[in-house]
Amino acid sequence: MSMSSTELQELARKCRVEIVKMVYRAQAGHPGGSLSEIDLIAALYANYLRVKPDSPDWEDRDRFILSKGHASPGMYAILAEMGFISKQDLESYRVLGGVCQGHVDMKWCPGVDFSAGSLGMGLSFGMGCAISGILKNSERQIFVMIGDGEIQEGSVWEAAMAAKHHELGNLKVILDRNRIQNDDFCETQMRMFDIPAKWEAFGWSVKEINGHDMDEVVEGLEFLKNTNDNPAILIAHTVKGKGVSYMEDNPSFHGAAPNDEQFAIAMAELGEVVN
Amino acid sequence: MAATRDGYGQALLDLAENEKVVVLEADLGKSTKSLHFRKQYPERTISCGIGEQNMLLTAAGLASSGFIPFASTFAIFTERAFEQMRNGVARPNLAVHLCGSHGGTHTGTDGSSAQSIEDLAIFRTLPNVVVLHPCDDVSTRLLTIQLADLSQPSYTRTARNKTPVMYDGRESEIEIGKGVIIKQGTDVAIIACGVMVSESMKAAEQLTAQGISATVIDMHTIKPLDEELIERMAKTCGAIVTAEDHNIIGGLGGAVAEYLSSNIPTPLERVGVKDRFGESGQADEMLDLMEISSPHIASAAIRAINRKK
Repeated sequence: MSMSSTELQELARKCRVEIVKMVYRAQAGHPGGSLSEIDLIAALYANYLRVKPDSPDWEDRDRFILSKGHASPGMYAILAEMGFISKQDLESYRVLGGVCQGHVDMKWCPGVDFSAGSLGMGLSFGMGCAISGILKNSERQIFVMIGDGEIQEGSVWEAAMAAKHHELGNLKVILDRNRIQNDDFCETQMRMFDIPAKWEAFGWSVKEINGHDMDEVVEGLEFLKNTNDNPAILIAHTVKGKGVSYMEDNPSFHGAAPNDEQFAIAMAELGEVVN
Repeated sequence: MAATRDGYGQALLDLAENEKVVVLEADLGKSTKSLHFRKQYPERTISCGIGEQNMLLTAAGLASSGFIPFASTFAIFTERAFEQMRNGVARPNLAVHLCGSHGGTHTGTDGSSAQSIEDLAIFRTLPNVVVLHPCDDVSTRLLTIQLADLSQPSYTRTARNKTPVMYDGRESEIEIGKGVIIKQGTDVAIIACGVMVSESMKAAEQLTAQGISATVIDMHTIKPLDEELIERMAKTCGAIVTAEDHNIIGGLGGAVAEYLSSNIPTPLERVGVKDRFGESGQADEMLDLMEISSPHIASAAIRAINRKK
C-alpha cells in the first residue's frame, strides 16, 4: 500500500515532532540534518524499502545505510513509525543502555544496517552490500544516504569510482544537500562547485530534486528504484532544520538542542499539542 | 625457505570451495599472493583499485551480508584504513580478515616508507580484533584457514622475504591463540613472532655454545595472547626475552610486558626496533642495523638471566 504525497507529508511531520523531542530530552544531538533528511527517509521507508519490521535481519531485505550517522533522530523516528522499535525506545536516545545510541548503531538498534557516525564510510559499506546482492542473485537494493559536507571525505570518491567500475546498478545514493556542515555553511568550509557534474564524471546517473516537495521526492525515489543498470544518485536540495523556523538554514542547529522556550515554539510550528 | 605471503595465497585457494569466501585486493594481489585466487575465482575477487579505505568497508558490507571476506594489501597501507577498521569493522564486530604483507624492516630495499613497524601495535588496541604474525608459510597457511571459522575480525601480518620453514611435520600444533614451543630449554624463554622466530633459534644455538639452555616460543598470535604459556615460562625459566621485527613500543614485547608486570613480575628484555625508522637495505642487513638479529637476542637473554634474583 503506497502512501499519497499528503499522507507522506503527515508521516514526515510526525517524525519531525519526534526528532525535536528526542534532541530536547537529551539536550544534545543533531536536529538540523535530521529535519533536512526526513521527508526523503519517510517516503523511502513508507513506499519503497523492502523490509520487514518484525524480521529486521531478513537476509534479502533492501538495505538503508544512514552514512551521516549523527542525523540519527530522523532514522529513529521513522523506525518507530514503521514498528522496528517502539515509541518508548525513542526516549532512550543518548541514554545509557538505550537502543537509540547517539549515532546509529547496528549492534544496538533493530533495523539499522550499519554502525555509522564517522563520515565517508557508508557508501563503501553499501558497496559491499551491493556486491553481496549481486553474488547472491538477489533483487535487493541498497540505499545510502550521505550528507553534502560528507563528500569532502576523500574515501567517498574511492567508493564512487569503484561502484561504477563494478557497475553496481543496485546501489542508490541520496545526497542531502542542506548546504550546512558542523562549523558553518559548506560554501565557507570547502567549496564543492558543481556536485552533479562530479558524480556524472564518475559515471553515475544523477537526478536533482527539491527534497521537501513530496511529489518531487516520490519522483526522485522512483528514479532511484528504476535505475538498475547504473549506480544512481539523487541530489536532494534541502533546508537544514526544515520545519522549525529558528533552526532553518541556521548552522547553530547542526548539533544543538532547543531550550524550553524554543522547544515550545517548535512544537507549535509543527502542529503538535504538548500537554 | 619460503615466504609467509605464499602461505596466505595458498590458504585462499584451500578455502575457495567455501562459496562464502570472497577476496578483496587493492592493486597488490601479485605481492600479497591473492592473485592465485583471483585467477581461478575472478567472480569472487573484488578489485578495489588503490583505495584501502574503500576496500575495508566494502569487506565489512560483504561480511554483514553473510560472506567471509579476505582483504589484503601491504602492512603499511592497512594503516591508512585504520579508522575504517576501527569504526566499520571492529566496532560492529564484522568478521573481515585483513592481511598486511611486507611487514617489518625485513621488507628491505624499498626503505622506511614500506617498512611497517607499528601495525601489530595499532591493531592490537582494537577490541574484537585477533592479531596474527606467523613465522613460516606452513603456519600462515593453516592459521589463515582457521580464520574462516572465526566470528570476529582479524589482522595478519605476513612478510615479503623467505624465512626458514619451522612447522614441516608439526602442522597439528598450530592453533589460533596458542603459542608453540619450538625448542625446549630451562634458563630463559625467548618469545618471538614472524621472522624473529628463526633468528631466535639461531640465538638459542649461540647460547648453547655458552652453556645456556633457552626455550624458543613462536607466539604467532599476538592477540589474544597465550597468557597461560607465558605464565608457565615465567615460572619454569624465570627470565623472558621477546623478539619482534616491530617497534619496541606496543607490539609483542609490549603485550608480554603488560601481562607479566600485572600478574607475575619476571625479568624481561625486549628486542625490537628501537623507536626509529628503517632505511633501504637487504633483509639481513636490516635486522643487524635495527639491532634485532640473533646476536642481539642472545645478549638480551644473558641480560635477562643476570637479572634473576
